[in-house]
Amino acid sequence: MQKVYSDAKSALAGLLKDGMTIMCGGFGLCGIPEALIEAMRDSGVKNLTVVSNNAGVDGIGLGQLLETRQIKKMISSYVGENKTFAQQFLSGELELEFNPQGTLAERIRAGGAGIPAFFTKTGVGTLIAEGKEIRSFDGEDYVMERGLVADISLVHAWKGDTEGNLVYRKTARNFNPMMATAGKVTIAEVEHLVEPGQLEPDAIITPGVFVKRIVHLKNAKKHIEQRTTRKRDAA
Amino acid sequence: MAWTRDQMAARAAKELRDGFYVNLGIGIPTLVSNYIPKGMNVSLQSENGMLGMGPFPYEGEEDADLINAGKQTITELPTTSYFSSADSFAMIRGGHIDLSILGAMQVAENGDLANWMIPGKMVKGMGGAMDLVAGVKKVVVVMDHVAKAKDGAIEKKLLRKCTLPLTGTRVVDMVITDLAVFTIDKAGSGGMKLIELAPEVTLDQVRANTEAHFEAALGKAA
Repeated sequence: MQKVYSDAKSALAGLLKDGMTIMCGGFGLCGIPEALIEAMRDSGVKNLTVVSNNAGVDGIGLGQLLETRQIKKMISSYVGENKTFAQQFLSGELELEFNPQGTLAERIRAGGAGIPAFFTKTGVGTLIAEGKEIRSFDGEDYVMERGLVADISLVHAWKGDTEGNLVYRKTARNFNPMMATAGKVTIAEVEHLVEPGQLEPDAIITPGVFVKRIVHLKNAKKHIEQRTTRKRDAA
Repeated sequence: MAWTRDQMAARAAKELRDGFYVNLGIGIPTLVSNYIPKGMNVSLQSENGMLGMGPFPYEGEEDADLINAGKQTITELPTTSYFSSADSFAMIRGGHIDLSILGAMQVAENGDLANWMIPGKMVKGMGGAMDLVAGVKKVVVVMDHVAKAKDGAIEKKLLRKCTLPLTGTRVVDMVITDLAVFTIDKAGSGGMKLIELAPEVTLDQVRANTEAHFEAALGKAA
C-alpha cells in the first residue's frame, strides 16, 4: 500500500466529513501538524470536535480553524493563549471539555490500545469527577475515565520512512505518539522522509502500523511562543 | 519584613534533596531552580516530555523543538531524556516524581488546593496541575499569603475550607508564603502547623491574615 502523499491536501482527500472528531498533536506550538491543520482549514470541513492539549494561538495552528469557525468543540487541558478561543467560548459558540493533561494523555493512550476506560486518582473530589463512577481500590478512591479515539489523527514527526515508521525530535514528541495510535486514520507530516532501512529500528517511536498516510514537508514552519535566553557572560 | 519572590523560592529550595526528581510550576516555583545547592543532584521534570531540564539557551541558540511546560525555550543536559506526554504523566501519576512546587489561589487547613478556576471568569484550564497534586509524593505550595484586589481589599488564601473549585483534595504538604511556612498533615489528623516566620513578621500578623486554624510550632522541626 502506498502511504506517501504529495501534499497535505491530497493526504486528507476522501476522509473529511462535517461533525467528525480530529486529534491534533503538539504542546503549545511545539510539534503541531501545522500543514495538515492548514489543509483542514482550506477544505472547509466544519462542526469538528478537536482533541488537542492546547488550541494554538491567534492565527497559528488550531487558532486558524477557530477563526474560520470550523470547530464546534475542543477537548483540551489548557487554552490560555488564544483570544479567538476566549471570545467564541464566552459567546457560547464553542463547547469546551477540560481534561487534566495526564488524564487526556492517558485517555488517548488507552483509546489507541483498545482500552475503553480506566481508573485514576487525578481529579477525585473535583468538578472533573462529577457524574463519573468512583471506585475504591486498596483504600483509595479513583475516578473512571474513558478511552478516547478519533476519526482522524494528525501528527507531526521529525523523520518518517515510506512505511510510516516515525521518529520525533526533542519536546516536539509530546502528544503525537499516542494520537498516532488513536486515530481510525492517522496522517503524519514529516520533516524528513526517508526510505525503509534508513531509520534505526531500535529508535523508532511510532511503528508504521499506526500510520496510514504520510506527507513530506519540504519547509516545515516552526514557532517559538516564549523566547527565553541567557547572556553568555552569565554562564 | 515579608519575604520577596526570590526569598520564597530560596526557602522552597530547602525542600530539595540529593537525587530528587522535581517538577516546578510556572511563576515563583520556576525561580527555585536558581537556588539548587551546589553539588546537589536534582533532576527537573517538564511535563511536556523531558527529564533533565537545562537552563535557557544562549541568544541565537533557541530551538523551537525544545521548550518547557511554560512554552519557554530551554536547553538539554547530558542526563536529558525525552518521552511522550503519556510517559511523562506515568512518571507523575505513578508516584515516581519526588516533589512538586506550584502556585495556588487557595489552600485549606486539611490540604485541599484550588489553583485552576475562578467561576465567572475565563478559565484557561488545569493543564497538568490535577495530575501533579494527585500523583507526586510531596506537594509544596508557594504563594502570597493574601490576595490584594485593585481597590486594596484583602482576600485571605489560607482558609478553613476552599471556596473556589478544587484542584485536589488533601494534597498539600507544605505552604510557603511571603510571611510564613506551614506544614499540613494531609493524610492524617495533625492539621496545619506554623513552623517558620519571615524576619520581623509576628505571629499576630500571621493570625490576622489567616482564616485556617493552625498550631504555632515555631522552632520545632517539621
